[in-house]
Amino acid sequence: MALTREQIENIAHLARLELQPTEVPVYQTSLSAILDFVGELDRADTASVSPMAHPLPGLSQRLRPDVITEEDHHELYQENAPQVAAGLYLVPKVIE
Amino acid sequence: MTVSVHRRTLAQLAAGLRAKEFSSVELTRFFLDRIEASQSKLNAFISVTKEQAMAAAELADRDLAASRGGALAGVPIAHKDLFCTAGVKTTCGSRMLDNFVSPYDATVVAKLKAAGAVMLGKTNMDEFAMGSSNETSYHGPVRNPWNPELVPGGSSGGSAAAVAARLTPLATATDTGGSIRQPAALCGVTGFKPTYGRVSRYGMVAFASSLDQGGTITATAEDAALVMREMAGFDPNDSTSVDKPVPDYVASLGTPLAGLKIGLLKEFFDKGLDPESERCIRAALAVYEKLGAQLREVSLPYLPLSVPAYYVVAPAECSSNLARFDGVRFGHRCKDPRDLMDLYKRSRGEGFGAEVKRRIMTGTYVLSAGYYDAYYLKAQKVRQLITADFTRAFGEVDVLMGPTTPTAAFAIGSKTSDPITMYLNDIYTIGANLAGLPAMSIPCGFALGSGQGLPVGLQIVGPHFSEAKLLNVAHLYQRETDWHTRVPERYS
Repeated sequence: MALTREQIENIAHLARLELQPTEVPVYQTSLSAILDFVGELDRADTASVSPMAHPLPGLSQRLRPDVITEEDHHELYQENAPQVAAGLYLVPKVIE
Repeated sequence: MTVSVHRRTLAQLAAGLRAKEFSSVELTRFFLDRIEASQSKLNAFISVTKEQAMAAAELADRDLAASRGGALAGVPIAHKDLFCTAGVKTTCGSRMLDNFVSPYDATVVAKLKAAGAVMLGKTNMDEFAMGSSNETSYHGPVRNPWNPELVPGGSSGGSAAAVAARLTPLATATDTGGSIRQPAALCGVTGFKPTYGRVSRYGMVAFASSLDQGGTITATAEDAALVMREMAGFDPNDSTSVDKPVPDYVASLGTPLAGLKIGLLKEFFDKGLDPESERCIRAALAVYEKLGAQLREVSLPYLPLSVPAYYVVAPAECSSNLARFDGVRFGHRCKDPRDLMDLYKRSRGEGFGAEVKRRIMTGTYVLSAGYYDAYYLKAQKVRQLITADFTRAFGEVDVLMGPTTPTAAFAIGSKTSDPITMYLNDIYTIGANLAGLPAMSIPCGFALGSGQGLPVGLQIVGPHFSEAKLLNVAHLYQRETDWHTRVPERYS
């Protein structure tokens, strides 16, 4: 299966990744090859198989009581933020 | 303190500290010096935390003097740079997190700290653990201590190289598709991946959440047992952590193997296996026969589909997990964004390396509208078939054995041009991740041939939560053989 230039650009857009023009043909080749490779899965007859939902049989996601357990750490956490003012994360203007 | 103290196992170092043969300060300084001397050759570390290490060692010495302290009191260790460490950079081998200082400790880090271990630094790795050669790291490739022209394997390449060169007696590591076992095999050390859910994933930067599992790289299985006893256990902060008591992995070491049924994975002894590696594996199996184990061949017909199933499931989960890196709350942000979309796209385009972008895009594609059933759902169904194969096999045998990798270490740069060739390095290890099984790799000889010998790893896979059995099976082999004691000449 060969992906087109437009398809790669669309996937990159969905993934919010800016690609350099030189990167596009590289990913065209490698993603097409990967999709061909994973196409081998079609060899398995899975008509009566249910998809795996958890790596450990019989277990599902544990739930916890709906109570507040977290403390307020926003100042500590915001030390890693690229741009902060008055306790808020700054981004370019979103609403005109 | 003798100059050859690095040749001791972690268990021996812990005992030496308790017997006051040497202090933690002495031991810590000794290993820090070894790291410093090796760094330009191996590049095994991303951060060396000298000051914190010396301060922790002093505290440990106070505990030891008062006969207090945990099982690892004063023992120097290293963490793979994807375990969050409060106040110390956690980069995940990526430009994206190059300046990220975690506000908290991963549970694994906290538990080993509580046991008294002293952190020397953070080990190099493939970017976000995506790679099998440690060549995708933003901090440059790690070199194999047995031959600097060769890769150490990946993604825990820094951890494996550090233990192989005896720069630390323990390095933590993580395994999503073989990232503990494959580098352990290529560097000639013991790599242990527990059952999914056995070790907390809290504070481990996520790659593929249904596959990721933390574990250890050490010289011996006994050392792995000692560390696992401290590291394993239920953690309410990880929703997939399993609430099950942790057995005493050390106490069960030495249980005789007579009657142990070993299944040889037929699919692993295929034409892709290098004859020299096969020779070493067969010799190891003969040792097990001598120890009273019975060998029989077992077939897992769906196992050959594990690599394609993995390269749908893992990228899908990766694309979802790595969506959090948005250039807003933490991580790399591009200069002068025009608008929010530009901020997202350029921050991510600049922050991630080529392989990480490839996996994010593969995952985005297989999860996108119209393709979900054909790829993601199909892969999760095949995963069910592979798991059923393992379950059937464990009805007949106690453990499965085979090679960890198809070949010994390969040259740096030799597999970077074709991603699928690189992905196939993990052909023997991925099955255990898909089924959530515990698995390990132990050194079992040297592949000869071109020039010097290179380490070969024997892989042992067991049923869910059979950690104690696996560690014992490996330990008894290591009592009969000395492959695990071999150290590259330059570091001996």
